[in-house]
Amino acid sequence: MISIQGKGVSTGVAIGPLYFYQRAKSSITRTKVKDSDAEWNRFKAAQAKAIEQLGELAEKARVEAGDSAAFLFETHQMMAEDLDYEEAIQGLIQDDKLNAEAAVSDTAAQFAEMFASMDDPYMQARSADVKDVSTRIIGILTGAVQGGIDSPVPVVLVADDLAPSETVQLDKSKILGFVTEGGSGSSHTAILARTMGIPAIIGVGKQVKAEYAGREVIIDGTKGEVIIDADEATRNLMVAKMEQLRKQREMLELLKGKPNVTKDGHSIRIYCNIGSPDDVAPVLGNDAGGIGLFRSEFLYLNCDDYPSEDYQFEAYKKVLSEMEGKEVVIRTLDIGADKQIDYFDLPKEENPAMGNRALRICLNRPEIFRTQLRALYRASAFGKLCIMFPMVTSVWEVKEAKKMCERVKAELTAEGKAFSNDVELGIMIETPAAAVMSDRLAKEVDFFSCGTNDLTQYTLACDRQNADLGRFFNPHHPAVLRLLKLVCDNAHKNGIWVGICGELGADLSLTETFLSIGIDELSVSPRAVLPLRQKVRETNVAVCRDRVLSELMSDINTI
Amino acid sequence: MKSFEYTIKDPVGIHARPAGLLVKEIKKYTSTVIICKGDKEVNALKLMALMGMGIKQGDTVKVNIEGADEDKAAAELEAFFKANL
Repeated sequence: MISIQGKGVSTGVAIGPLYFYQRAKSSITRTKVKDSDAEWNRFKAAQAKAIEQLGELAEKARVEAGDSAAFLFETHQMMAEDLDYEEAIQGLIQDDKLNAEAAVSDTAAQFAEMFASMDDPYMQARSADVKDVSTRIIGILTGAVQGGIDSPVPVVLVADDLAPSETVQLDKSKILGFVTEGGSGSSHTAILARTMGIPAIIGVGKQVKAEYAGREVIIDGTKGEVIIDADEATRNLMVAKMEQLRKQREMLELLKGKPNVTKDGHSIRIYCNIGSPDDVAPVLGNDAGGIGLFRSEFLYLNCDDYPSEDYQFEAYKKVLSEMEGKEVVIRTLDIGADKQIDYFDLPKEENPAMGNRALRICLNRPEIFRTQLRALYRASAFGKLCIMFPMVTSVWEVKEAKKMCERVKAELTAEGKAFSNDVELGIMIETPAAAVMSDRLAKEVDFFSCGTNDLTQYTLACDRQNADLGRFFNPHHPAVLRLLKLVCDNAHKNGIWVGICGELGADLSLTETFLSIGIDELSVSPRAVLPLRQKVRETNVAVCRDRVLSELMSDINTI
Repeated sequence: MKSFEYTIKDPVGIHARPAGLLVKEIKKYTSTVIICKGDKEVNALKLMALMGMGIKQGDTVKVNIEGADEDKAAAELEAFFKANL
């Protein structure tokens, strides 16, 4: 039995085979082949596989988002079997005796160059399509696994850490739990695990060795423990723990349908954070009152080019209709920093967390912003929509964003397209500037939602992705909590509501604090809704308020 | 051989989507379809070469169709151009 200690960032126990995430290789080897006919057949087989995969992706996209979404993959299919493309590859393999990977790579570069040199920006952007198709074929040739998991049964996934673009492509039905070498509690893997309601353990370093692959592993997300080849006693203990957690879950089930109200009658709304339209089922399943944060980035991360208005509209409409009139807060595009997308062609930055990201990109590139806002307003006819702008620091940014909303509404009116006149506009409070300016910002919007992950990182000058900064990255720091109180006071003075959509919202040791300072809404991962409801129902604000507020004004570092 | 001329009305020209639709359409016939713009010509089954022509709104293209089903193909393709391009 091998026992490894990491840091648990999502609770639960999972038992299953250990599997290492298969990342595509970034470099290819270049060799001369003796049997060029065999090499050509190898290419043809890979091409056929790519066309088959693209066909499946097209069908999946058609079901999820309609014909226009499917068309992207159909175009890729046609590129994969394009006669000139194939001919060029054949020439390199049969005449130059080049291996198939290098032949595809060279041909891709040649065709990408053709598109890149055209005088039309749209056509120039098509070079990314050629590269994408070629990467797929090369991936098949080198045996890389699409989506990172090639296993007939669900596994405990081990990775160094996962990028956002990798997490969106994972086959979620194949994952029992996560173990990562690096990472932090706010990393994307941790967030994904909590949304999925499965255990995750981070920071195990190089302790999980390659030879453990395929062996039975037990992970305990509460203790941060990874056990390989457990002895019978340990295994029985963990199975019992799984059973106990299941029973606890059943207890919480009894809270469904009950209000989130404290012993002395204070109520708070408990909503959910989601990352894709597929996440609505767990939201409703856990009896949340709405969606407090729908991260729209997945639409962009999932595509190989800017997602069209119709594609976005279908996704927003799906969530709004399925929520049946319950409030849905959709955050506009929040990329940049640790979420990078190739086709945005953003220059590399020294310090991306403080760079061109989120609303800044939207204001600098209004055409991208306009497409998203049009899709959002059109979808507003199907439910109760709130639009939220991320990464605000100044009043003028909000004014400019609102102007764009007015422009989009005027356009839709002129086109005779339906939208709701009841859309609320709000902003994320995730920079110290926005918190300090919240008295003025409150006059511009209908609500605030505090993004505590970024607010903590910017307030404490601590990179949240840096595992070494652990004890300095303290979201309970009084500086962060005092800012939250300031934001709350300013919101209420101006008659608007304020929520928390960061990971802190689910931190039960702060529920008393949030209730005491008057937070109106907490948005958490679906699995955290019922435990939070239980905590709220056990709290008595009249009893704890004075203590909590005096703690807030003291200099102790943990509350 | 059959042929017709057509001036592109679609504001985006023959971009990926219309080019893809066109290739799909042409695959229904056995005839060879050549699209000419100025002195450039391309087999319209070749998606990337077709996109590489950079055909824009207002450009006039000549479409040559040759093969066993050229009559049917010419009539239907002309209708297709009018409806989609």
